[in-house]
Amino acid sequence: MFQFWTSLYRKYATERIPGFEGMENPGYCTGSFDGLHHPSDDDDDEMVDIAGATLDFSTTEDDPPLSTGGYEEYSSSRAAGMNGNGPTKLVDPLEDPVPGVGTYEDFNTIDWVREKSKDRDRHREITNKSRQSTVALLHSVSDAFSGWLLMLLVGLMSGALAGGIDIAAHWLTDMKGGVCLIGFWFNHEHCCWTSNETTFQERDRCPQWQSWAELITGTSEGAFAYIVNYLMYIFWALLFSFLAVTLVRAFAPYACGSGIPEIKTILSGFIIRGYLGKWTLIIKTITLVLAVSSGLSLGKEGPLVHVACCCANILCHLFTKYRKNEAKRREVLSAAAAVGVSVAFGAPIGGVLFSLEEVSYYFPLKTLWRSFFAALVAAFTLRSINPFGNSRLVLFYVEFHAPWHLVELAPFILLGIFGGLWGALFIRANIAWCRRRKSTRLGHYPVIEVLVVAALTAVLAFPNSYTRMSGAELISELFNDCSLLDSSQLCGYKQPTNTSDTGAGNSLADRPAGKGLYTALWQLALALVFKMLITVITFGMKVPSGLFIPSMAIGAIAGRLLGVGMEQLAYYNHDWFIFKGWCSPGADCITPGLYAMVGAAACLGGVTRMTVSLVVIMFELTGGLEYIVPLMAATMTSKWVADAFGREGIYEAHIRLNGYPFLEPKEEFEHSSLTVDVMRPRRSDPALAVLTQEGMTVGEVEALVESTHYSGFPVVVSKESQRLVGFALRRDLLISIDNARKRQEGIVSASQVVFTEHAPSQAPDAPPPLRLRGIMDLSPFTVTDHTPMDITVDIFRKLGLRQCLVTHNGRLLGIITKKDILKHMAQIANRDPDSILFN
Amino acid sequence: MGAGGEGVCVCVCVGGEARYEQTCLLPVLLQNSEDIRCKCICPPYRDIEGQIYKQNVSLKDCNCLHVVEPMPVDGKDVEAYCLRCECKYEERSSGTIKVTIIIYLSILGLLLLYMVYLTLLEPMLKRRLFGHSQLIQSDDEVGVCVSLNIAPFANAHNVLSRSHSRPNVLNKVEHAQQRWRRQVQEQRKSVFDRHVVLS
Repeated sequence: MFQFWTSLYRKYATERIPGFEGMENPGYCTGSFDGLHHPSDDDDDEMVDIAGATLDFSTTEDDPPLSTGGYEEYSSSRAAGMNGNGPTKLVDPLEDPVPGVGTYEDFNTIDWVREKSKDRDRHREITNKSRQSTVALLHSVSDAFSGWLLMLLVGLMSGALAGGIDIAAHWLTDMKGGVCLIGFWFNHEHCCWTSNETTFQERDRCPQWQSWAELITGTSEGAFAYIVNYLMYIFWALLFSFLAVTLVRAFAPYACGSGIPEIKTILSGFIIRGYLGKWTLIIKTITLVLAVSSGLSLGKEGPLVHVACCCANILCHLFTKYRKNEAKRREVLSAAAAVGVSVAFGAPIGGVLFSLEEVSYYFPLKTLWRSFFAALVAAFTLRSINPFGNSRLVLFYVEFHAPWHLVELAPFILLGIFGGLWGALFIRANIAWCRRRKSTRLGHYPVIEVLVVAALTAVLAFPNSYTRMSGAELISELFNDCSLLDSSQLCGYKQPTNTSDTGAGNSLADRPAGKGLYTALWQLALALVFKMLITVITFGMKVPSGLFIPSMAIGAIAGRLLGVGMEQLAYYNHDWFIFKGWCSPGADCITPGLYAMVGAAACLGGVTRMTVSLVVIMFELTGGLEYIVPLMAATMTSKWVADAFGREGIYEAHIRLNGYPFLEPKEEFEHSSLTVDVMRPRRSDPALAVLTQEGMTVGEVEALVESTHYSGFPVVVSKESQRLVGFALRRDLLISIDNARKRQEGIVSASQVVFTEHAPSQAPDAPPPLRLRGIMDLSPFTVTDHTPMDITVDIFRKLGLRQCLVTHNGRLLGIITKKDILKHMAQIANRDPDSILFN
Repeated sequence: MGAGGEGVCVCVCVGGEARYEQTCLLPVLLQNSEDIRCKCICPPYRDIEGQIYKQNVSLKDCNCLHVVEPMPVDGKDVEAYCLRCECKYEERSSGTIKVTIIIYLSILGLLLLYMVYLTLLEPMLKRRLFGHSQLIQSDDEVGVCVSLNIAPFANAHNVLSRSHSRPNVLNKVEHAQQRWRRQVQEQRKSVFDRHVVLS
């Protein structure tokens, strides 16, 4: 054991770099993020092993490595991978890639080009080998098949988890109201599964289901029972939210929030180790149920995307192809995002489009088909679990086929305007609140914050029956059209005087609003105001919280109010010319449920700025193709209106708030600056730190690397000519030198480092040279210094570059990184360029 | 429908470790005869109030004539009454529900116990095991970025591993736990204290 520790100390002691560039904010712990990463445990779950390093730097920093226990077994197990270009005829240990070369540090951006070419190399090698033997052929077949197999597993696992979350959340939500006596695991609906309470008034009652007041006081009527129920509701809400936030805090802080902004950033090539790990998955699944059932104004849809991505990332470890390649893994994660939405809304195609439109950065056709397959498997799995007992995938599935009239487009567009305004307002307010949380003392009390908001929500929500029920149930009720079968308050119309059997169908002709409906309307209006205010402060708290359900609920309430208004307007004014042609007395011409649906789509569109995927999700929810045009009109209007107030959706706004390195593909770069204005070094800076292809010693290279904080160094022919040879990454340099010092005979500080193909002739008594051509990128991207920035930005966006070298008259002049571009863009938009924290 | 079988799979997966090999045995056990119902909702008709009927019948019998008992109208009105009723066949898997809830609660319980253990019991045990002197010594070693509550523990762990030659597996588990705790610590700092991610 002691030996193990020593080897760890040594590993990290030599790896320690002063002034790590990744995070430049003061107070950031030195050396905490730059850990070596063995390929054997190279997963996002393992963040960084700083075992012993932080504790023992002071003593072991300059110790030369003594023992090599347990280190070689990692290095020898690797076959030729990324740069297997040189023929390995000689037993030269450096022709084998060193473990850790080609991996990334935490909070860094990957190089898409490098990863993709790595995968192509690997693929080419497998194809070449497959012609040689049957085993290799089988290997190549299994390799080709592994992507689909992985998709199948992701679909099964996410579908199963989503089913479990649905069942548990439904049960726990009902737990706030009472308990089932025939089996505590049943929710209200399932408790009364066969109970025969026949009248409409008692449709939600059955003797098996006891509210807390009935259990404690023995009666369900009266003020005392109400107070008992009220207190129990608050108690459970507080308990659930407390458990959720403490579990998140204790085990997996990354499990909080919706997760979509981070997943978007990760898919664009960022690395957050641990964000998609095992513990995040477990804690997010468990606490999501708690958070949803605590009655807070949040939904489970966004977190389900995160859960699906965690599943995908964990399952990626089963397949070498995806474990070792960050770009390939991101293809799988794109598909997993589709799976998440597919199970959240029971909308497989909507999920695929969501992934394409909203979260993915790199979405080739192959990923489209795989997402499609995975979404299908997931939806099928969820369907066979049947979490709601009604063969539907979502609680608020509706089915109506009432026609709509062209005139109704006007109110639909009105709803779109409302959705857009709400979306813009919500983003502003929520970002302001989150910034306050980030920068002031509010952020230091996450547990108290959650408890206060939960208490506030519970106290205010209970008296109003529309806020007391869960968001999904509310949406379901609002989407439902009033037929004779319904007895909810929303259908409290005055019964027609002649109750004779006019018409055999269940649809109703238009009727005047009755007392019940008026009560419902003002309750809904209050619920609307309440939801609008509480959602602003809820989203972004340190519990898993999605935004879809609250936004949809707000839109649905507004839509329903407008719908009922229109209905009554038409009822009392049949002779108006706009109603004349199509809304004659006795006809059922306006469907308030449809308005609720359109309103929900509009609000969700305003907040997230989705268009196509949103419409598809909505029509998969309703199963009615005839409502595509109203939905399209509303979402498009909503997007236009919201874009007028600010071009970014809530997820982009959160990405920007956190300063993630995300190069927005939708945004145009309009400023007329040149690359030379943005690149480093600036005019006043010291010259660019470069390596020469020969002539530098190991000691000099180490000194250069240690004295700067750059993530990579260009290699030039010589300092005088500055002609470019290639590019070497800091991490690869450090790992290779460290490895060579341990494993290769005679490598000392005076050894030459050569990047050329053939080692130069040396004095016979000189130590052997260290050949590092293998780790050098021989094809770095270059632009000239007078390239306009918009072209450079395009290159970065389309190829997913991490850095690009700048030349002047063919000589190396400087370097431009993604971070430089983001800082420059922030500067142009009059934002603080130091808000971009990460590489 | 295979509902039961898939359901078990879910519950097992909730823990994060899928054990697929067991899934196929259980659907027979989980299917309960009470898990199907036919629910007929009949709207108000003349002077009869709206009624809801639920019967435990199979799909082919799920219609108004079989389910609505007693029929509130006489012979000639039955057809008119039944035309307005809407009958839906529904099935669920109570076994799946039960297993899911129980597994959910047990995972939640385990996590809570573990949390309580980590926050309350462990520091106490360590203090009792290694006495006061060890703690004071370890305070000196607290680096810039190691918060106080993991340093004594890591140190104690070192002492432990040096003094006793424990079985290797236990060491590995403990080491993994240490790693994990440091990662969580790191995450907690970046999310809750410095607010650099996820805020």
